[in-house]
Amino acid sequence: MEWEVVIGLEIHVQLSTKTKIFSGASTAFGAAPNTQACAVDLALPGTLPVFNENALRMAVMFGLAVNAEIGKRSVFERKNYFYPDLPKGYQTTQLAEPIVGPGFVDIETDDGVQRRVRIHHAHLEEDAGKSLHEDFHGMSGIDLNRAGTPLIEIVSEPDMRSAKEAAAYARKIHAIVTTLGICDGNMAEGSMRCDCNVSVRPKGEEKLGTRTELKNINSFRFIERAIDSEVARQIDLIEDGGSVVQETRLYDPERNETRSMRSKEDANDYRYFPCPDLLPVVIDDSYIEAIRTTLPELPDARRDRFMNEYSLSEYDAGVLSAYRPQADYYEQVAGACGDAKLAANWVMGELAKYLNQHDTDITQSPVSAAQLGGLLLRIKDNTISGNIAKKVFELMWSEGGSADEIIEAQGLKQVTDTGEIEKIVDEVIARSDKQVEQYKAAEPEKRGKMLGFFMGQVMKATGGKANPGAVNGILKQKLDALCD
Amino acid sequence: MFDKTLAELAAGLQKGEFSSTELTGAWLERIKAEDSKYNSYITVTEEQAMAEARAADAAIAAGTAGPFTGLPIAHKDLFCTKGVRTSCGSKMLDNFISPYDATVVARFRQAGAVMLGKTNMDEFAMGSSNESSYYGPARNPWDPERVPGGSSGGSGVAVAARLAPAATGSDTGGSIRQPAALCGITGLKPTYGRVSRYGMVAFASSLDQGGPMAHTAEDCAMMLNVMAGFDPMDSTCLDREVPDYTATLNEPLQGLKIGLPKEYFSATLDPQIAERVHAAVAEFEKLGATVKEVSLPNTELCIPAYYIIAPAEASSNLSRFDGVRYGYRCDNPKDLEDMYKRSRGEGFGAEVKRRIMVGTYALCAGYYDAYYNKAQQIRRLIQQDFIRVLEEVDVIMGPTTPHPAFRIGEKSNDPVSMYMEDIYTLSLNLAGLPGMSVPCGQVDGLPVGLQIIGNYFAEAKLLNVAHRFQQATDWHKQAPAGI
Repeated sequence: MEWEVVIGLEIHVQLSTKTKIFSGASTAFGAAPNTQACAVDLALPGTLPVFNENALRMAVMFGLAVNAEIGKRSVFERKNYFYPDLPKGYQTTQLAEPIVGPGFVDIETDDGVQRRVRIHHAHLEEDAGKSLHEDFHGMSGIDLNRAGTPLIEIVSEPDMRSAKEAAAYARKIHAIVTTLGICDGNMAEGSMRCDCNVSVRPKGEEKLGTRTELKNINSFRFIERAIDSEVARQIDLIEDGGSVVQETRLYDPERNETRSMRSKEDANDYRYFPCPDLLPVVIDDSYIEAIRTTLPELPDARRDRFMNEYSLSEYDAGVLSAYRPQADYYEQVAGACGDAKLAANWVMGELAKYLNQHDTDITQSPVSAAQLGGLLLRIKDNTISGNIAKKVFELMWSEGGSADEIIEAQGLKQVTDTGEIEKIVDEVIARSDKQVEQYKAAEPEKRGKMLGFFMGQVMKATGGKANPGAVNGILKQKLDALCD
Repeated sequence: MFDKTLAELAAGLQKGEFSSTELTGAWLERIKAEDSKYNSYITVTEEQAMAEARAADAAIAAGTAGPFTGLPIAHKDLFCTKGVRTSCGSKMLDNFISPYDATVVARFRQAGAVMLGKTNMDEFAMGSSNESSYYGPARNPWDPERVPGGSSGGSGVAVAARLAPAATGSDTGGSIRQPAALCGITGLKPTYGRVSRYGMVAFASSLDQGGPMAHTAEDCAMMLNVMAGFDPMDSTCLDREVPDYTATLNEPLQGLKIGLPKEYFSATLDPQIAERVHAAVAEFEKLGATVKEVSLPNTELCIPAYYIIAPAEASSNLSRFDGVRYGYRCDNPKDLEDMYKRSRGEGFGAEVKRRIMVGTYALCAGYYDAYYNKAQQIRRLIQQDFIRVLEEVDVIMGPTTPHPAFRIGEKSNDPVSMYMEDIYTLSLNLAGLPGMSVPCGQVDGLPVGLQIIGNYFAEAKLLNVAHRFQQATDWHKQAPAGI
């Protein structure tokens, strides 16, 4: 039977406010446990929440960026349940009246599927703390630094039809929130976390299959792999005559499988009711329009501009525009060297390779956009070849300095003097009788390929500094002369 | 000295008749000697009080004193006090030393007040008799076999028995006004949002309001001057100008329009109390007021509505007492669930558990519309009743309670009969309106309270009305036998 996969995502995005959503404590990541939890975060008796307007502003920015209706009146409610890292015994969240109403984003997978994914709504809420189960001799430790960090939870409609689409949607949300500057996008630190609702149904069937929820997935790669393994599990189960149970499952990346966490029967009755300590949040059109004017160029618009202005392919433009610091970096490099295509190749190629290898964000890159732009200029004006440029880049990364300084200090300047190149070419031809004979014996149209050997010899003799174009021309001319 | 009002003590301090150290020392001595009979304090902060008194004397000597400098008061034990146990009358918080001051406490500190200690109360402010306190019932000084009312019973007793010149209280359904009535003192529940709730341990957030309890309306005005005003830490506290409540106490009452709701004088009211209230109203007529009958038709719905909304909010507010971070934790928990169940099972008393269960039930998915939503609709009806009547009259008057103080234990096994004691007070909390209770007579040697209800933020008018009544009568000056 042919199966159709149906996926909806709930994405939690930590907003990059300086302080928490309902208290004045810092939200910075990585502090010693419980040093960033004030009386309100600890839920001491008598403490009360006060709403951080910056979180509101960021949620509205997000809503505008996904073409959504903004809730002019939004209401915080209490979701009641007991858990040790939930200090008040309830999470303050939104349910009936969220800040962001229905919206959508357009996605494209790397194999070219395009789809509009509808967003059901997005709501503001507070994050919980963390339970630590190691190092406490059978007991659990509680760290409340994260408790009260503002989140928006973005709930999509079940519009995705493959794991690839789900990952593309998550990437698009990531691109939007980082471009807006409302989230640092650091998935490893939990700044963006994803729950995937997955079901399958026979192709053509209208009715949705029973879904499972995959919890807390924190990388795009894992989204894809978790969904693929869950889909396979569900199809196997059904084809073997079983049925899917509605439950929450956890993805184990090491074994690449999902396993049951809790079933629907164990679900809490959260007893939602409007939080009496907080007033409804009421905003008007002028508030919303003022925020609209502060929106930066969004990823889709920037991708389109990159295609038009820099003649980049849709793929290159999409990759470069997905992360705002990278897009900004790219535009600086392109401006500095005046060659948009060359800049794109280097930012997506050599630079990305180094950033990956060193697990470094582009904002922390030791090579600045100005440095890289300067390097590309020297390729453009034939001072160095592309291969030498890679060597210069390596030194730039490890030791710093401008391209010109490195080229000068290392003596890497390209040899363009044709007299000097001719001399070396003559020497190479003189000591390569065997290869010259083969060249002469070859069909004329196959000779081009045979230039490689001579090219390599010349480059070796010049330490890679000879201008490859010039060498190529001279070699061809001299060898072809021998064939006549 | 112990019969003086706050205003008289303030005058004595300013004239140098006595120092704050002498004053505070004398009250502490009296507490030590007498409170075992009344159990009005949970904690007496002797050392801290003397230190504050010395600081107050220094301020008076330096000429930097304000109107409240050096005056001793007590705080209900649900206001968080830095470095001092804040128990809420519960085993759950018996070991809880607050690391911060409630806004109300901080404002009194700022004003130079001296804190004598923390007063007894029904556990988590749930009760109308002070019998649900983990520390045992406070006893009514008019008859120690009777309850003082609740939940601010300890504050009522401390003032009535002259164990504090004045005290703070909190009122969620009558918890200031009812004990004030039963103890023969003056109490004011301000408009919701007038006084910050920050640091006042929450019972029902949309109903709770702190306020003063003292001998006179003038003393309540002095206290409200300190307590009232905007607090950025409480989102429900209104940013609205605070008048000098002492400045308008003597305004004449000529032409004051008083409404008497017919529903407040029904068969459930003790006829002797009705008689005292009518006598008090007659006194106002002598002062130039006019009286008319009005109707609050939804009065009888206030009890069922209140006993959905208050427990619903309480069930959520009290979830934080889980044994994880502070407060009571059971011995040797087997696992997390065991820790929750036993910590809460052993830490909370019966009335608190009853209300958590009622509130949890009312908020359950299948019952939410039938109970919580319906109660909120009734709440709006009750509010509209008041708004309509207060367009016709300046103040509404009636009894504070249907009966005088009952015997300890009399209603312990009948929670509904206990809840009925709050029939006249609950509706103000549901509507968010201010109200006062003022002594207006006695029945069989027990005090009777007159309730005065005003419009939103009409505290100055209420205090003025009560003050003029106290200028014309001396019920507020009566002391229990032997005091």
